[in-house]
Amino acid sequence: MGKTLLRKIWDLHTVRRLPTGQTQLFIGLHLIHEVTSPQAFDMLRRRGVHVAFPERTYATVDHIVPTLDQRRPFADELAEQMMAALETNCREFGIRFSDLGTDRQGIVHVIGPELGLTQPGMTIACGDSHTSTHGAFGAVAFGIGTSQVRDVLASQCLAIDPLKVRRIAVASALGPGVYAKDVILEIIARLGVRGGVGYAYEYGGPAVERMSMDERMTMCNMSIEGGARIGYVNPDETTFEYLAGRPFAPAGAAFDRARAWWRSMASDPDAAYDDVVELDGSAIEPRVTWGINPGQSVGVSERIPAPSDAGADGGAVGEALEFMDFTAGAPIAGTRVDVAFVGSCTNARLSDLREAARVVSGQRVAGHVRALVVPGSKDVRRAAEEEGLHEIFQAAGFEWRGAGCSMCLAMNPDRLHGREVCASSSNRNFKGRQGSPTGRTLLMSPAMVAAAAVAGEVTDVRGMLG
Amino acid sequence: MSTTDSSDRRIDRVAGTALPLRGNNIDTDRIIPARFLKAITFDGLGEHAFEDDRQSMRNHPFANPAYARASILVVNENFGSGSSREHAPQALKRRGIDACVGESFSEIFLGNATTIGLACATAAAPDVEFLMAAAERDPETPMVLSVDAQSIQAAGRTLALDMPVGVRESLLTGQWDATGLLLDDFDAVRRVAAGLPYAAGF
Ligand code: SF4
Repeated sequence: MGKTLLRKIWDLHTVRRLPTGQTQLFIGLHLIHEVTSPQAFDMLRRRGVHVAFPERTYATVDHIVPTLDQRRPFADELAEQMMAALETNCREFGIRFSDLGTDRQGIVHVIGPELGLTQPGMTIACGDSHTSTHGAFGAVAFGIGTSQVRDVLASQCLAIDPLKVRRIAVASALGPGVYAKDVILEIIARLGVRGGVGYAYEYGGPAVERMSMDERMTMCNMSIEGGARIGYVNPDETTFEYLAGRPFAPAGAAFDRARAWWRSMASDPDAAYDDVVELDGSAIEPRVTWGINPGQSVGVSERIPAPSDAGADGGAVGEALEFMDFTAGAPIAGTRVDVAFVGSCTNARLSDLREAARVVSGQRVAGHVRALVVPGSKDVRRAAEEEGLHEIFQAAGFEWRGAGCSMCLAMNPDRLHGREVCASSSNRNFKGRQGSPTGRTLLMSPAMVAAAAVAGEVTDVRGMLG
Repeated sequence: MSTTDSSDRRIDRVAGTALPLRGNNIDTDRIIPARFLKAITFDGLGEHAFEDDRQSMRNHPFANPAYARASILVVNENFGSGSSREHAPQALKRRGIDACVGESFSEIFLGNATTIGLACATAAAPDVEFLMAAAERDPETPMVLSVDAQSIQAAGRTLALDMPVGVRESLLTGQWDATGLLLDDFDAVRRVAAGLPYAAGF
């Protein structure tokens, strides 16, 4: 019986079995940012412990970064404090840092892959639940809390329990106007927001094999929204091609040796899975969330469910409808939006911006809609500008901002106000997520966000793509 | 470095009253909204636990003075889903919660809670309902949770609890703060690191 990629990577990185029964797992790449690391460094200082492998940690700043005026000190004193703490910690402990002043700053899950830090066969941890994104490269990548950030800094290891693997195979090709975002929203709707607890999700099948790295990252990114701490795709030629020439990727003969090893880390054809789920990619349509967790989505041609629907969790549907102030049975298309946000570690890479720009090109954002594009990194922003995407967005009435997390979680000045409804390419529609405790989020693909911005309401992007 | 003495950190028994919090999928954004993460310490998080829910929902249990001294939080399914912010269990712990009993927990939340010595155990749905009903009927209902026996006593009954082995062992041995344990055999760590193709430049 063959092994899965998860199993191979797990075995390779196992230091020992701890007396508690957990695995001591070595972490190949540790990424840190300003929100979940300061307390960890303080714990190290208090204990007089140093960073065991400083060269295996890499820092960036993303959550609190203002996307308009980035001059220091930041207008927000608390944000400035967090920024300064990260700078001090990186300097004191000898950690590389994509500071705001460099051209490598951006959302941690965008810059890791972009810089070639993220590679197949690695274990990757970061104090952020969307670390699952990096699994797109065939890495075992997962989010941790601050005390575990401390553990990784101190020992480059974690105490962790092993996971089962569920293979999710997506057959046939996706239709035009249908994206990785729609596939993952469909998967979460089908398996539920807690369906993945205890599992790593392995995504495969023809539709996934055909996806670009950007799309695979979107899929893996939202694994955690389905309860799976880890999501991954087996590395293949698409992966290797993406990595070639990246600043931290191996080069020359080392790249060839790396490629052979990376290939060997993929799941064996006869690998045993704990569970297998199959989906037909051609049956998926653009999806939109109508509720307060990412599992509450429907196809754009469908209606908002009712608490009494067969198979529905009536209490959860009722609570969501009450918060959203939506009517059961109403079509989701036509839902008025106030804000359109293209951004986040889920969907703010170059190809996402291209798709959104394709929709808004030559169009105007509806008069009542506030629309903004926040690139995932400085590099994405620069590349988009080279293609003139910023001009397309600005001509349509979008704001073109600096890189960061921005309105995905509103720790910077970008936020919803009051009851605003936001068409968002991000990953969480939790109550209050976008900065207003009563604000409402509709998750969808960047192309669907662009379509909603222009129409002023939720609309099927397939009618707008030539 | 040798393992720090963990004997004084052993967690077996949590005795106190319970705070019943109904609902599935209560995410960490609700436990502690992101704006309270704008800080470089965990200080003061306790008073902001469920800040927005307390404002928007009348009778939220975290706003009810009858539960102000409760130390056992009782929840339903998938508690602590969403963000990996340790601020969530930190806020609960600083609010006086020493243990959580629920139908299920998100994995990251469970890991974070364990690393700060907040004991989480699962119970069957009818048992969770029994505990919630007891605490709702009388907020002063005493409860005793035993990590070792994996049980909780309340209102004349002893109910079975479940915990992953690693979590239970970490609490019972006081090694839930894993740093010392992970540094115990650093030679083994170095050996694994040296055997990684990517660490050796391929
Ligand atoms: S973009 Fe959103 S989800 Fe991604 S790391 Fe930033 S805050 Fe977290």
